Amino acid sequence: MYQLFKNTGKLTRFQLRQDRVRIPVWIISLSILTFATALAFVDLYQNDAERQAVAETMRNPAMTAMVGQGYGLDDYTVGAMMAHQMLLFTAITVAIMSILLVTRHTRTDEEDGRVEMIRALPSGRLSNLTSTIVFVSITNVVLALIIGFGNYALGIESMDLEGSLLYGAALGVTGIFFTAITAVFAQLSESSRGTIGLSFAVLGLTYLIRAIGDVGNETISWFSPLGWVLGTEVYVNNYWWPIVLTLGFSLILFVVAFILHAIRDMGSGFLPSRTGRRDASIFLQSPLGLAVRLQRTAIISWAVGMFAIGVSYGSVLGDLESFMAEIEIMEQMVSPVEGFSLTEQFITMLMAIMSMISTIPVIMIILKIKSEENKNRTEHLYSHPITRNRVLGNYFILSLAVSIVMQFLAIFGLWSAGSTVMDDGISFRTLFNAGMIYLPAIWIMIGAAVLLVGSAPKLSGLIWLYLIYSFIIVYLGDLLQLPEWLSKLSPFGHIPQIPVEEMDILVVIIVTIVAITLTVGGFIGYNRRDIKG
Amino acid sequence: MVTILKTTNLTKKFGKFTALDGVDIEVNKGEVFGFIGPNGAGKSTAIRVLLGILKATEGEVTIFGKDAWREAVEIHKRIAYVPGDVNLWPNLTGGEVIDFFLKLRGGNNKDKKEELINRFKLDPGKKCSTYSKGNRQKVALVAAFSSDADLYILDEPTSGLDPLMENIFQECVIQAKREGKSVLLSSHILSEVEKLCDRVGIIREGKMIETGSLHELRHLTRTNFVVETKEPIVSLNELKGVHGIDDREKEVSFQVDTEELDHVIKTISQYGIIRLESAPPTLEDLFMRHYEGTDETADSGAGGA
Repeated sequence: MYQLFKNTGKLTRFQLRQDRVRIPVWIISLSILTFATALAFVDLYQNDAERQAVAETMRNPAMTAMVGQGYGLDDYTVGAMMAHQMLLFTAITVAIMSILLVTRHTRTDEEDGRVEMIRALPSGRLSNLTSTIVFVSITNVVLALIIGFGNYALGIESMDLEGSLLYGAALGVTGIFFTAITAVFAQLSESSRGTIGLSFAVLGLTYLIRAIGDVGNETISWFSPLGWVLGTEVYVNNYWWPIVLTLGFSLILFVVAFILHAIRDMGSGFLPSRTGRRDASIFLQSPLGLAVRLQRTAIISWAVGMFAIGVSYGSVLGDLESFMAEIEIMEQMVSPVEGFSLTEQFITMLMAIMSMISTIPVIMIILKIKSEENKNRTEHLYSHPITRNRVLGNYFILSLAVSIVMQFLAIFGLWSAGSTVMDDGISFRTLFNAGMIYLPAIWIMIGAAVLLVGSAPKLSGLIWLYLIYSFIIVYLGDLLQLPEWLSKLSPFGHIPQIPVEEMDILVVIIVTIVAITLTVGGFIGYNRRDIKG
Repeated sequence: MVTILKTTNLTKKFGKFTALDGVDIEVNKGEVFGFIGPNGAGKSTAIRVLLGILKATEGEVTIFGKDAWREAVEIHKRIAYVPGDVNLWPNLTGGEVIDFFLKLRGGNNKDKKEELINRFKLDPGKKCSTYSKGNRQKVALVAAFSSDADLYILDEPTSGLDPLMENIFQECVIQAKREGKSVLLSSHILSEVEKLCDRVGIIREGKMIETGSLHELRHLTRTNFVVETKEPIVSLNELKGVHGIDDREKEVSFQVDTEELDHVIKTISQYGIIRLESAPPTLEDLFMRHYEGTDETADSGAGGA
């Protein structure tokens, strides 16, 4: 034991210290999200009838596939709503947290040679893996307790102590299960990218299996750990045994990880690492090719994601009309305009939201220049005969192209799901116009990002604050009845809301000109400043 | 002689901190220039200014007669660079990176590339994330030496290489020199600089404190002697220009200032020389003298053993 586990305790404390900011941020944001949602449900649906109206809109396969089977749909209390609409997504977020934390302290540390230094000290062979498992598990237990007691402390009638603790426990064991999954893949794969990739693949697969099972055959769902989480039927029947089941499987996986770790050499894995190309393909022979290649995976993932977001919004369009009519608060968000259906008005809001989500991958492309510079990779690039305009220009063009693609995919997803669930669907042309009109606003965000990266690289993170501001203002502006000028500080607040509003070509042109000006400013700054590395 | 690279009064400030303070460098055609100095002396900063990645606060920097900042791209067509800390894209293979760099510079000498990959024993099919520091350096070296550059800027290119690979690197530099190309080599490995460089510049705390050929620099310093005489040398410590006397059982070792050589040799020869070994000062002596320079007086004063 001495040989294997020496100094595990000290390592655990050391890792906790390394993540002393990261972990509280995860726990606090997940807790706040949970509590805020529960309170929002209480506010939004004030009586049984309203809640029951929502329950009716949930009875369709698209919703079931997305959020899971609805237990207690016949008596849709706030508790049942939480378990139905929030639990699965929170559990997935907890799983993601665990995957990232475990990889960070196992394969990444090993890849970067930090484990080697630890192992050269008087520490056991399994100490690093054990301490990682212990500290991520502790994190999950703390999260489970905070959310468990916190939910109860909200004092919502249908959220009793037992159910609340079970709610927390379901999240905690999901985290622990994916801690175990990642611990195993950290042994199997040779790289941190591989570890994260495979763990996420398992997470995606469990989600998919559960979705197929929930819609079709319930037995299939029991092959997915996420199915077990929902099988607790929190706040409805409060079954504890799926928690024990999940923990049991986690323990088995932990043992597997330990065995694999004990029999392998440091730095090696079990899955063969593919040999790559010996020379560059024709695509990778220009700076543009490099920019595309470095971000290929991210762009493809976002493209799939944007389409999925479009589909999921589209799938609720069918029930929207009846849903909206019954819910007062929605009428506040979407104040009726004569001559247009509520659905059409809702679409204008959807388009604004979707275009702001599309902005995320678009901005990430521009900020990549900054992160490449931080990692000292641009220095070598610039020792070659290429101009700064060309490098920045490539990223700029790529982000423009991606903005169009993302927005199109979201619209296309919305249309394809919407036209199948609606009795008389909205034409693709209408949706296309309503969505693509937001492109100039996205371009302002690109321009602002280029300006920051070019002129004030240290402040480039501010672009995210601006996007978050836009999101809050546009999403909640009407609901909170905020003054008009606040929304005019965001480019998204200027875009005409087609089809409800008239097309205003002048505004679009002005927004585009601002975008161009910002971009040009960024290019000028980038040409003048020092490159850090 | 054609001047390839020239900096005049090069100064670079980061806020209040002065990283480079009036640095003058000159590299001529067909010459290997050694650029040495301790960590943090400003070597890499100077190189980044040469590459037009950092903008000089003051002074002039020209390469091939062009301004390093304004005409960077034009200059880079004829430059090959190996950074001190080679950072590569983890998800690309070494082969892909080499090709990419070669393509950027224009022209693709496939035979030369294959030859260098073999000589450096690099596996180009592996992802850069799996390479060690030495292997990442090999990627940069192969990319640099397969290109047809006129000036090679090498920033501590061998710090991760084994002695065998270091030899191959040295062959590459010598070959480049034979082809009439110029090299700016920043290095910590003084034996390497001694072997390869025609001229050397020493930088400390952002200032060039010495420049010249190794021959010239040696004149600034002292020759090492080990002497065995029939009779003990009397009052050696009183002789002008003798330093660092170390009296051992049979022999005595000391250093002599170049300008006092003649006088010292004449004096000690009176004591009947049995054995006399002399060695030119190594670059390390030079280097040490400059860096430990603060206790210079104590050093020369401590004559007697």
